[in-house]
Amino acid sequence: MKVVFERPRALSDVTTHYCPGCTHGIIHRLVAEVIDELGILERTIGVAPVGCAVLAYNYLECDWQQAAHGRAPAVATGIKRALPDRVVFTYQGDGDLASIGTAEIVHAANRGERITVIYVNNAIYGMTGGQMAPTTLEGQVTATSPRGRDIKQAGHPMRMAEMLATLPGVSYLARVAVNKPANIMKAKKAIKQAFMVQIDDLGFGMVEILSTCPTNWGLQPAKAMEWVDEKMIPYYPLGEFKVPGEVK
Amino acid sequence: MLGEKVLMKGNEAIGEAAIRAGCQLYFAYPITPQSELPQYLARRMPEEGRVFLQAESEIAAINMVYGAAGTGARVMTSSSSPGISLKQEGISYIAGAELPCVIVNIVRGGPGLGGIQPAQSDYFQATKGGGHGDYRLIVLAPASVQEMVDLTILAFDLADQYRNPVMILGDGVLGQMMEPVEFKDFEPVKIPKPWATTGRKGREKNIINSLYLDPTKLEEHNWHLQAKYREIAEKEVRYDTYRSEDAEVLVVAYGITARIARTAVDMARAQGIAAGLLRPITLFPFPTEAIAQAAEGAKALLTVELSAGQMVEDVRLAVNGKRPVYFYGRTGGMMPTPEEICREIVKVAGKEVAE
Ligand SMILES: Cc1ncc(C[n+]2csc(CCOP(=O)(O)OP(=O)(O)O)c2C)c(N)n1
Ligand code: SF4
Repeated sequence: MKVVFERPRALSDVTTHYCPGCTHGIIHRLVAEVIDELGILERTIGVAPVGCAVLAYNYLECDWQQAAHGRAPAVATGIKRALPDRVVFTYQGDGDLASIGTAEIVHAANRGERITVIYVNNAIYGMTGGQMAPTTLEGQVTATSPRGRDIKQAGHPMRMAEMLATLPGVSYLARVAVNKPANIMKAKKAIKQAFMVQIDDLGFGMVEILSTCPTNWGLQPAKAMEWVDEKMIPYYPLGEFKVPGEVK
Repeated sequence: MLGEKVLMKGNEAIGEAAIRAGCQLYFAYPITPQSELPQYLARRMPEEGRVFLQAESEIAAINMVYGAAGTGARVMTSSSSPGISLKQEGISYIAGAELPCVIVNIVRGGPGLGGIQPAQSDYFQATKGGGHGDYRLIVLAPASVQEMVDLTILAFDLADQYRNPVMILGDGVLGQMMEPVEFKDFEPVKIPKPWATTGRKGREKNIINSLYLDPTKLEEHNWHLQAKYREIAEKEVRYDTYRSEDAEVLVVAYGITARIARTAVDMARAQGIAAGLLRPITLFPFPTEAIAQAAEGAKALLTVELSAGQMVEDVRLAVNGKRPVYFYGRTGGMMPTPEEICREIVKVAGKEVAE
């Protein structure tokens, strides 16, 4: 019988701890497929900081380092500087990358650090139970914005892709979503590109991925997918913000 | 410069010793009074084809150390007190994940921004934890520029041997002071690191981690760490003594303070007081046994520090109430003179040494 669909080699044969309908699982699979297609499993080191995806080291078959909250780009820098011919990537949430770890991400990007950043933006702190993130939308109700995010009090949702794309060290930067098949295909292409610029020694590569957190958004999985279209994409437009060779 | 004596600042001597010890990467953020060290390594590391990187903060620097140490490379960072405070989260993770690395703290006065003058007020932070959780650093306290060289080389070996972060606790005087040093010819110890994350080619995947969500596993991990710290305490205690055999007043001091105290001991001896000195070289593991034994023969102990009294607590624990333990300290960057310490020895002798 012809095999038409199988688990990527880079994806572990285990059940994840993610909630039903959470798109962390889809993103893991896309990263695994890209690692397989590029044939880099045996020379890739992932960095998993604190967040719902901290256990990613159990789900992908490459070497891993677990990192402190927000510090993955610095840890990845240490790995890459020690082993320049390996492939190093971080897998960070929006609390991790856009709040506590802003200094580390900005400077890794600015140094043009040859690393790949998978930035999962679900507009909320998932692991700690649904508190407001820097990416939480205006009016969005969370455990720490019970009357909805008030931008006068809590500031504006942060667009990290746009901000980081201004840095010359960045070679590739895109924002994608994984809420429907067409978007998932584009997401995979972007992830591959973000790994390619590292492998080709062109600079820093990052993909911001709009992801769901049905549990803490208080929505059914299908509704959560729609919420990405209705609420997130209008504020966080999809597209490529920087591609190799482009001068901004 | 092999075998010959060269005149070097303490901070630079640490840098050169790290290179000799095979340090492949160095990450740091500038701060007085240790900036000569990053400045020295900014020049020397690239000469040797190694990595120097000025990080955006001490937090980033220690996390770069974590990443690089996780690949099995020899790696170092340095800072001074306020910067070392920022590194504490990373140090806790490094201890938890059992990564070998060397951290240099050229201590200055605190708390807060404090000052830029020498101090020993980070003793608690260095030896009792500093960051969260039950962990220990190996803490080495040099008292001369030569010892900064020798202990830096030892630090890399101990770090690899025990998979544990090692701190070199110096002070602004040692860092800035110039003394002749000798770099002896040696081969850095090479300890296999099968746990390193280098890409999984030819083996199962490796994970560098300090997370144990299952409490039984976390307790197991903690008992494993504690067993390691006990082994370190059994095997790695280092200290020095001076005129201590017949000492009735035993001075306990480390680092630069021990140098001043040594002169004070001679001055007290000249006045007919049987004074002696015990100088801990390892602050963790602390020379508890040696102090307990020396205390047997002494009438009293006097701990001298550039702090309001930190190591003195460990001296008291070692003596366990059997002898009175006095304390003399200066803080904020003020240094005691030998005369000052001698006066304290005379005072203690007057109270405790019956004619
Ligand atoms: C220094 C520190 N502060 C706070 C926490 C608690 N914490 C764990 S995960 C997290 C937020 C994670 O949110 P995000 O990065 O968006 O990832 P998600 O869980 O949503 O995937 C926080 C605040 C921590 N572990 N460490
Ligand atoms: S809490 Fe949210 S982000 Fe975390 S696993 Fe559940 S759905 Fe996913």
